[in-house]
Amino acid sequence: MKSKKIITLLFATILLITPELKASDECFEKTSRAIFKFNMGFDSAILEPLAKGYNKLPEPIKNGTSNFTSNIATLLSIPNHIMQGNLRGASDATASFLINTTVGIVGLANPAEKLGLNAQKEDVGQTLGAYGFGPGCYFVLPILGPTTARDSIGMIADSFVDPFAHITWRENELLGVSGNQIDYVAVKGTAAVDFRADNETNFDSLEKNSIDLYASFKSLYLQNRENKINNSSEGEDDWGNLDN
Amino acid sequence: MKKLSLILVSLIFLSNSTFASTYSSDPKMFVSELVNDAIGKLSDNNLSKEEKATFIENIAIKNVDINALGLYTLGELRKSTDKDNLKNYQQAFKKYFLKSLTSRLTDYSSNKFEIIDAEKKSSNYTIVKSKIISNENQPEIKIDWRVYTKNPNKPLIRDLIVEGLSLARTQKEEFSSILSANNNDISILISELEKFNNK
Repeated sequence: MKSKKIITLLFATILLITPELKASDECFEKTSRAIFKFNMGFDSAILEPLAKGYNKLPEPIKNGTSNFTSNIATLLSIPNHIMQGNLRGASDATASFLINTTVGIVGLANPAEKLGLNAQKEDVGQTLGAYGFGPGCYFVLPILGPTTARDSIGMIADSFVDPFAHITWRENELLGVSGNQIDYVAVKGTAAVDFRADNETNFDSLEKNSIDLYASFKSLYLQNRENKINNSSEGEDDWGNLDN
Repeated sequence: MKKLSLILVSLIFLSNSTFASTYSSDPKMFVSELVNDAIGKLSDNNLSKEEKATFIENIAIKNVDINALGLYTLGELRKSTDKDNLKNYQQAFKKYFLKSLTSRLTDYSSNKFEIIDAEKKSSNYTIVKSKIISNENQPEIKIDWRVYTKNPNKPLIRDLIVEGLSLARTQKEEFSSILSANNNDISILISELEKFNNK
């Protein structure tokens, strides 16, 4: 029964990733805007105060926390680099994880970066993008925020591919290590607070200067995903039209 | 009377030289000089918030192609909009742009800035790549500047791409969302901009 439900869900989502649908197309804008409003309320009530408090912590604690969550996120990048055929990326990410976990004391420090190892973050959504799957339509998830049909499938698949999700969320033992769902939520939640704290000024500025905040967030999310999939910061160039 | 006009002329000259310096025509040097000038002024604790805001406005009017930016952010609608509406939109957009720019920059604290490279895309555009060097409080930030070079003697900034995110594209998609929700009625967009300007 459960697998039937998953197959139906996957089938419905794959249908959303049709070539005719651009990322700028909405799946259900009215609902997404309502969820966005809820998320902004959640941000004001919980995430923002936590981020403000976090920003008051001493710098070494903040850096250590940021390095720790980032090191764990590297685990998801390794299989994705392999699936994209990027063996150099996979070996860099593996070396970065091993060095930071050992020399960097469970990832609290980032000596790998000083050695020139750039652990570029990859997830299943990016891997699907690299395979040529279009983003499908755009929508907003409660708490988790903006996504597309492709990235939401990627998010579910991440939990099967990510070794950290295996030993925590799925509570499987891997190399004698295991954890529980609370560990998973705690690390992901901390990463979210760290991201929000890093971008405190940007969020404030965006809120203050946008006349349609929902559309601004959507544009920034889609540009960011596009850049990550192309491994480039050069987005579409439509300025030529202006001079014609 | 002569004395009075002399004082007035000197005052105008002085205010121009303080707030609107002219920069190099080489895109790389142009961005470097402009940003270093801005950093110097914005991190000057002797200047009031109002003085900083005036400085930003003047520097933007002289060095940012606000008119082209306004047309770009309007998207395809710029081709079918009549002259009067376009003029009203451009006026509202200019005020909106300057107000949001000053609000973003007046609280600026000093950062180290470095030009990395420049890439000539066409005879009209050069992308100047730069970065704000990391410090204890923030990681390194990459900023690309889209410089319009049609007039090689007077380069103008048309877009800022911060960590791969184009500010002009974000603005364009924001306006596009408002327009498509309102049957492409430009007067609604103008009134939204005016609402923001009068806040």
